[in-house]
Amino acid sequence: MRTTELLIIGGGPAGLMAAKTALEAGAQVTLIDRNNRLGGQLIKQTHKFFGSEKQYAKTRGLTIAEKLITDLEDYHDRLKICLNTTALGLYRDRVVTTVCNDTYDKIHPQAIIVATGAFEKCLAFENNDLPGIYGAGAVQTLMNLYGVLPGKEIVMVGSGNIGLIVSYQLIQAGVRVKAVLEAAPVIGGYKVHASKLRRLGVPILTSTTVQKAIGSLEIEKIVTVKLDSNWQAIEGSEAEIYVDALCVAVGLSPMHQLLSMADIQMCYVSELGGLVPHVSEDYETSLDSVFVAGDVTGVEEASSAIVEGAIAGLMAAKKMNHLHPEADRILCEYRTQLDNLRSGPCGCKIRNGLGKLKENQHVG
Amino acid sequence: MRIKQHPILDFEPKRPILFRYNNQEVIGYEGDTIAAALHAAGIKVLSFSMVEKRPRGFYCAIGNCGSCHMTVNGVPNVKTCLTMLEEGMEVVSMETKVK
Repeated sequence: MRTTELLIIGGGPAGLMAAKTALEAGAQVTLIDRNNRLGGQLIKQTHKFFGSEKQYAKTRGLTIAEKLITDLEDYHDRLKICLNTTALGLYRDRVVTTVCNDTYDKIHPQAIIVATGAFEKCLAFENNDLPGIYGAGAVQTLMNLYGVLPGKEIVMVGSGNIGLIVSYQLIQAGVRVKAVLEAAPVIGGYKVHASKLRRLGVPILTSTTVQKAIGSLEIEKIVTVKLDSNWQAIEGSEAEIYVDALCVAVGLSPMHQLLSMADIQMCYVSELGGLVPHVSEDYETSLDSVFVAGDVTGVEEASSAIVEGAIAGLMAAKKMNHLHPEADRILCEYRTQLDNLRSGPCGCKIRNGLGKLKENQHVG
Repeated sequence: MRIKQHPILDFEPKRPILFRYNNQEVIGYEGDTIAAALHAAGIKVLSFSMVEKRPRGFYCAIGNCGSCHMTVNGVPNVKTCLTMLEEGMEVVSMETKVK
């Protein structure tokens, strides 16, 4: 069995930032990721981020990933990075089982940060399993990482920020986006993203969803339907759109499996995307010395994941008596940044979700 | 279909890699995953479901959904969306349950 002081599971924005602050504090860190490169989903984000400069606003996601990875280079003597390594299990005695190229291993760290991120939800409609129907993230991966087009003519389901941004990225890559469908009566994402699409002539159809996909071996067309104020399909409002790909952007769900497996206290909060762990102010779960950061604590933006990672990294290091020289000051700063990121009308859903989670914790 | 021009990203020509899909020769490029190479060659159907034989393509492309499983070099249930393409690979779509 291998040992390490701090094991971080997941090398996306949260895991990378957690590694940075824990290393700064003096901890010895092992960072594992199942992919063959670090950066998580940032590496396919070609758009510039919003928010404050402190979370790399106005910088493209892929550039943020590069920066976070470069920041770790100074600490190679205390940092071990294991790529192509999947965490298979997390047990209550804090043992983590892993697999890398068919070799199974066990790690027993003093502290763990679970930063496994989230996965894309699907939508229930007839023939939603036809080839050519993809999650929005899959389309980004295919286009922005491998330079391959998902199709020639596409419809996007979901007008949240991901749906809007990926629609724009599809157009940048040369794909015709025939429409964006939104089941709600209003557009979900930022107006600036929606306006960009509208200027390019993409119709954004609100109170409309996909009823079924049609095709023999691959998707050939979809049937859309209008929804009334009770979200019920309006008979006679069906319309056909010919497509060779359909992109589904209906949100993400936290990758809670490792946490659930260790019987960590969890709670279902729909505003946060699904099952999320109860956490202390320091991002420690109900299992001693197991911390969490990023989308696994509730689906938000990459900016919040970075800040949560910073806090979890500091606090996990502190637990092992590695005190960051400026811990108090930067901790205060990070907590303020999180509050700012969640402020305003756009953070309303997250605030409600976190409120529900906290309420439940007191009762439970 | 590959992206020819892009305002932000550069996709420079890479070394071609020859592999086989259901006994037919396909060309991919260095840096492709198996699924990306098949997709670029116009192949979206990666397998068929075990009971109803419904066609399957990938959904998530990052190893979560399991919809891209194929038999690669005789090994079943390989995540083709994560596995990098190698010269001479034998890629076969799965139609029956494999142990």
